Amino acid sequence: MGINEKPSQLKPADYASDQEVRWCPGCGDYAILNAVKRTLADSQADKKNTVFVSGIGCSSRLPYYMSTYGFHTIHGRAPAFATGIKITNPELDVWIITGDGDSLSIGGNHYIHILRRNLNCQILLFNNEIYGLTKGQASPASRTGTVSPTTPQGSIEAPLSACEVALSAGATFVARGVDTAIKQLVPTLSEAKKHIGTSLVEIYQNCIVYNDDVFKSFTDKSVAMEKQIHLEDGQPMLFGEEKLKGLAINKDYSALEIIDLKKNPEAISNILMHNKKNKTIAYLLSQMDQKTMPVALGVIYCVEKPTLDSNYTKKLNSQKNNIRKIMEKGQTWTI
Amino acid sequence: MGHSSSKINENNVEDDWSNTVRFAGDSGDGMQLTGGRLTFEAAISGMGLATFPDYPAEIRAPAGTTFGISSFQVRFGEGLIASSGDHADILVAMNPAALKVNIKEVIPGGLIIIDSSSFTDRGIKKAGYDENPLTNNSLSGLQLISADISHLTIEAVKEFGLGNKDGLRCRNMWTLGLILWIFSKSVNETTNWLEGKFGKDSILTKANIAALNAGHSYAENTEVSEDIIRKVIPITKPTPGKWKAITGAESLAFGLTIGANKAKINMTLCSYPITPASPIMHYLANYQLEGIGIFQAEDEIAACCSAIGVSYAGGLGVTSSSGPGISLKAEAIGLAVSVELPLIIINSQRAGPSTGLPTRAEQSDLMQAIYGRHGEAPLVVLAPKSPSHCFEIGQQAVRIAIKYMTPVMILSDAYLTNASEPWLIPDTSKIKESPVSFGKTQENYMPFERDPKTLARKWVKPGTEGMEHRIGGLEKDSLTGNISYDPDNHASMTDLRKQKVQKVQKELSDIVITGPKNGDILIIGWGSTNGPISEAQNTLSKSGMKIAHIQLSCLWPLAESLKNIVTQYNHIVIVEMNDGQLFNLLRVEIAPNAKSITQVSGKPFRVVDLIEKFKTLNK
Repeated sequence: MGINEKPSQLKPADYASDQEVRWCPGCGDYAILNAVKRTLADSQADKKNTVFVSGIGCSSRLPYYMSTYGFHTIHGRAPAFATGIKITNPELDVWIITGDGDSLSIGGNHYIHILRRNLNCQILLFNNEIYGLTKGQASPASRTGTVSPTTPQGSIEAPLSACEVALSAGATFVARGVDTAIKQLVPTLSEAKKHIGTSLVEIYQNCIVYNDDVFKSFTDKSVAMEKQIHLEDGQPMLFGEEKLKGLAINKDYSALEIIDLKKNPEAISNILMHNKKNKTIAYLLSQMDQKTMPVALGVIYCVEKPTLDSNYTKKLNSQKNNIRKIMEKGQTWTI
Repeated sequence: MGHSSSKINENNVEDDWSNTVRFAGDSGDGMQLTGGRLTFEAAISGMGLATFPDYPAEIRAPAGTTFGISSFQVRFGEGLIASSGDHADILVAMNPAALKVNIKEVIPGGLIIIDSSSFTDRGIKKAGYDENPLTNNSLSGLQLISADISHLTIEAVKEFGLGNKDGLRCRNMWTLGLILWIFSKSVNETTNWLEGKFGKDSILTKANIAALNAGHSYAENTEVSEDIIRKVIPITKPTPGKWKAITGAESLAFGLTIGANKAKINMTLCSYPITPASPIMHYLANYQLEGIGIFQAEDEIAACCSAIGVSYAGGLGVTSSSGPGISLKAEAIGLAVSVELPLIIINSQRAGPSTGLPTRAEQSDLMQAIYGRHGEAPLVVLAPKSPSHCFEIGQQAVRIAIKYMTPVMILSDAYLTNASEPWLIPDTSKIKESPVSFGKTQENYMPFERDPKTLARKWVKPGTEGMEHRIGGLEKDSLTGNISYDPDNHASMTDLRKQKVQKVQKELSDIVITGPKNGDILIIGWGSTNGPISEAQNTLSKSGMKIAHIQLSCLWPLAESLKNIVTQYNHIVIVEMNDGQLFNLLRVEIAPNAKSITQVSGKPFRVVDLIEKFKTLNK
């Protein structure tokens, strides 16, 4: 217990339920679960007003491991349940727990519509680029060529980008994190929690059994500094061991490019400052090719817009008609 | 010639009489409105009445074609008026296609009113006639008023500066004027109504009134009146009070709202547009009622899931749809059964399979309602029998869903949704309040502990201090609600869910038997077939047959008392608009020797057909 903490303060462990966690040993979900509990403890979230809603899949078991309210629903539909919950009680802090199959495939429709409506909640999309719970089939997030039980010769389809879809659907908060990078993930989740509107956090999550090391090219400790860029609003987009690499706009191609400041120190003025309200740059950041560019992490995009739940509540509160009055309206006759 | 010289039939030959008038035209001809006005005229005279709007799935099919014809049938009279009429006494056909589609609905000797200007060579061909039906004796045995309604209407509204197109829109009012004259009614009520609707000084009001008057005086002053038997709508005295004509959709919206108000709970209707269920959402959106919201979801599945979300958070979630949409909701309904939350699902049944006949009624979703989910997933199935009965069923559904923490499916249909009948506006202050009691903070809370009387678990909404718990679609321990793969626990939970729904029988009032308590025939029907069955039973009873009728309003659970009742009759016959679904169910559960009468034409049963079938059965 820290010096300034009161004894009554909730610790991350206080947000755990008494149920045994049943993910595979070494699964990235454990790290995310810890990050979530730390995020809640950091803000001393009120357990009674916190609801975890999930669909189906490995990630969607998370609500059972929390000591808050939780609703494990059906495949892909968690956003629809969350919508019903929030329009009924906007005071509740709702966290949607989903995976790439749950939200980008079977639940694709609900995914775009919750973002369009800007329901005030968090969506944690555990992206492991595979169907884990059904034993390893390719998902819509799987890269072309992914070998799986349903694609033994390699997937012939192109993957879908959760963040790009979100931006197109009208998302007001788009962020990314890495499961085990808990130091960066917790502040990102805190930002998501604070944001009023739908906060999408795509979390790269390693499936140790069916898609192990799929994110190694940018999450491995040996390359992380060179292959990740951590975005901070108002700060220059710098990365690399010595922060001597930066992102700038290539005006010929309207695309992002890497500037090596070691070779080209005067190009510092070309380095972009991260402005989380700039949607065009947000697109470019979320589109960066992992092979040639760093992966953008942290809050990519964040703007304020009215939420569905507040608009809905306002509308409902303005409705004052009494049923008796309505029943007597229209063409009536008295005998 | 005129009023004094025309014959007036006082309709006093027998106590029971009725008139059926059918208005038919292109979808844009305003026939629904014209029919609605005649309905109102009958209603204010205290007539019993029933209406039947019949319209195609296409919004505006090409004018003058048979597939674009919509119609509105109203039957009114004294005695038992429960169905909208087997045949029309009067048919108004605004063009040849309307005549072609509806001529077979007219009784021998009936009256046909047509707009002669539409019977051009082109119009006749477009309707698919080889020759002019007015001149080839095909209407022999029928009375005909052939008037150039288009021309006469345009003449009547000319002074208001309306062009041909707008002027022709008043044809329906001209026709209404003529019809009102036939029924010895003045134009006063409709004039008032038009003034109220469009404003006294509006050109639209003036033109419509001019057309209305023109139609009325045309009948009064031309030789047409000579051969036409005029009718009088007598004034009768039904229960005193304030009345209105109500459709099933409105009635259901009212019933659910009253149910929610009496439970002191907010209600949200979460739906996705679909024919013929959408009117319920339109009505509630329009009413702007305190505590009653609507949410138009992105699809049928989201509609059902968000409704469950509403109930989870402590509101009352309702979702409404029709066949195809109900199929899509099935998985989510199963979750509501599993987590035991209140949910109301309205199915305005239409003819299937697949897209089927979107605007026509059928009762072919009964098995789907009772069994149509994976796993053993019992729920309560209620069926209103008339537009006004929807009001009672709506309230009952709310009470049961909350008390038993269960989904309740209401099986309405395309006919009930749109048909209307007179409704005595009830004094809702007399309906008992029963506020929901949500689970409060307590020690050792067990989410699946049950009330021994109802077997319902507690409704604990998020936000309740110290009661945090998790629920989901995985099988749950019968007390803690934690995930359980234990075989005995699953067997016991399956049984508990079944027993809980069976306990709903206690909520049902005794089965109402119309007719003798024992005898030759017991007819069992459900839903919107009530009208024609009641009338057939009434007619045969009067002729001496020992025939009784039960219209089931709860299809699941089935009332235990039915087993005894069916032993009191020689024949049990199940009447329904499907291929024998209730018949199959009752054969297994209640009456092994039952017989079946079915119809799947998308149209309501005709009383005459039922009478013939019951007579044959009793031979």
